[in-house]
Amino acid sequence: MIAMEEMLLDLEPGTQGTVTRFVGTPSFIRKLRTIGIREGKTLTVVARHPLGGPVVVDVDGRQITLGRGMARRVGVAVTL
Amino acid sequence: MKTIVLMGNPNVGKSGIFSRLTGTRVIASNYPGTTVDVSRGEMQTPTGPAGVIDAPGTYSLSPSNPAEEVAAVVLDQADLVVNVIDATNLERNLYLTLELLERGVSAVVALNLQDEAKHRGIAIDAAELERLLGVPVGPTVGLFGEGIRELVERFREARPSGTVRPMSEEERWATVGRITGAVQVVTHRHPTLGDRIAEASIKPVTGGLIAAAVIAAAFLAVRWIGEGLISFVFEPLFDLYTPIAMQASDLLGPGLLHDILIGRFIEGGIDYEQSMGLLTTGLYVPFAMILPYIVAFYIVLSILEDTGYLPRLATLADTFFHRLGLHGYGIVPVILGLGCNVPGALASRVLETKKQRFIAITLVSISVPCMAQTAMVFGVLGSFGMGYVAIVFGTLALVYVTVGLLLDRMVPGQCPEIFLEIPPYRMPDPRATGMKAWMRVRGFIREAVPYLFIGILLVNLLYAVGFFDLLAAVFAPVMQTWLGLPAEATAALLVGFLRKDLAVGMLVPLGMTPEQLVIAVTMLTIYFPCVAAFVVLLREMGMRGMLTAAGVMLTAALLVGGALRLVLIGF
Repeated sequence: MIAMEEMLLDLEPGTQGTVTRFVGTPSFIRKLRTIGIREGKTLTVVARHPLGGPVVVDVDGRQITLGRGMARRVGVAVTL
Repeated sequence: MKTIVLMGNPNVGKSGIFSRLTGTRVIASNYPGTTVDVSRGEMQTPTGPAGVIDAPGTYSLSPSNPAEEVAAVVLDQADLVVNVIDATNLERNLYLTLELLERGVSAVVALNLQDEAKHRGIAIDAAELERLLGVPVGPTVGLFGEGIRELVERFREARPSGTVRPMSEEERWATVGRITGAVQVVTHRHPTLGDRIAEASIKPVTGGLIAAAVIAAAFLAVRWIGEGLISFVFEPLFDLYTPIAMQASDLLGPGLLHDILIGRFIEGGIDYEQSMGLLTTGLYVPFAMILPYIVAFYIVLSILEDTGYLPRLATLADTFFHRLGLHGYGIVPVILGLGCNVPGALASRVLETKKQRFIAITLVSISVPCMAQTAMVFGVLGSFGMGYVAIVFGTLALVYVTVGLLLDRMVPGQCPEIFLEIPPYRMPDPRATGMKAWMRVRGFIREAVPYLFIGILLVNLLYAVGFFDLLAAVFAPVMQTWLGLPAEATAALLVGFLRKDLAVGMLVPLGMTPEQLVIAVTMLTIYFPCVAAFVVLLREMGMRGMLTAAGVMLTAALLVGGALRLVLIGF
């Protein structure tokens, strides 16, 4: 199995992966971690809304909506 | 008196527990110097009466938005903290719990949503959690009031934690993981039909269809409840009031005072929609025509909110709203503004930055017609055919988008993106939902009705002394050359600044063509909704912000009026 790191924004709906890292300020990272998106967590892309809309992910059975600018800064390891 | 503060993540059923603890006497008010609402109440504890504050939901004590800042400040007033945590999402909730306990505050933990956790196959060992946290832990189901009494009993055991010591952020995450692993057992479960429906409602295509159906159902419900309230409650009340008003009229006799207070008689009696007196139309319009729809609106909105649908709607709407510098929650001021622009403008507080709030408030005031304005559009144009009504609403929608795009580019400031948790669908707690709807209605009566009243008084006075005729003469050339409207329409448009209902009464007898009426009505809708909205704008944005918004409105109204004239009438 090869794990490849991609940014959350580039993942197709239905893809599952493990959160690897965040690119951003400490307060950005804390915002994500405290809502449940943390390094090592398994995440599933539920929807990616078209026309620049937000990305919806599922972590621990809970769904979270985040804008594309944020999704661009979340690294996810996907096993191929 | 001691102060108890309820702390917890958003969407953990905190307000349900709050209403169980405090009963009905609750005050929701702005936290001083901020735009965040905080509810306060009182309760009986084993050691005497205490004040209870429901802090805004927060994920951590290092605030990332105004609501979380208020939560952190409120915490400082606490003699006892009740930390409400979500049993279905223990791991995430424990981060805040640890932060609270590290501060050494006296605390008890309410392990809420126990029923939901069971359905999801999650079992939590409350006794072991209590041992690890070092403070009492009480399992609760806030919706049914289960475990509340036992929780209150344990308030006497509340104490600073003996096991949790201050630690670094990384250590805290590690501790969260260790505690969760020790107390929680999760049994795997296949997704149910409910899960599938929940997921369909946030996907682009299925979600869009569901949203359209929900919004249509919401509007039908508002209409149905509103009309019911009018014919069964408010109309009968005014029938009782008529003899009193007639007696007052006899007492006053004819004259200026009669004209201001009672108004003109229509066919020998009071006509609540046309007499225009302060004590007749002045009472009737806010209470019998607007309030019933406001009540209906808030009931429906509170239900949408408490079932957990609103965050889904915000997710779907984000695709559109983030182009205007707002984000998905920008839909909330629009929905509320369709009822009354005052709560619509107040709802802009769901947005984070000054720029976003300015854009949202300005757009609501310009192109979201309130119930009174919608009634005006239908009243004036309905008899000419729905096509004309559609032109007005279509123009308003176009103005919303155009002005939004322009403001986003011109107003300096930050536009944070959408970032929210989508809670599972929940049965709303009738007590908490009813309470929320009632507080909003009370807010409307307090914040909007007095200004509606003052507006009517002011117009009646200015009208009586001939001020509007003077203004009409000054502005007549603009009206005729720019907008293609007769000079007499000027007075109506100016009066409309304060009273839409009166403006309608003045427009109809002028015998204008439907095209001219479309122009007049669209302009009436675009510039200031009413005096009450004016005051709220001033309060929310300060003098400069309000004047800027007013400038935008006036410019938009004149440009749109001129454009409509070109399209509909030609030169």
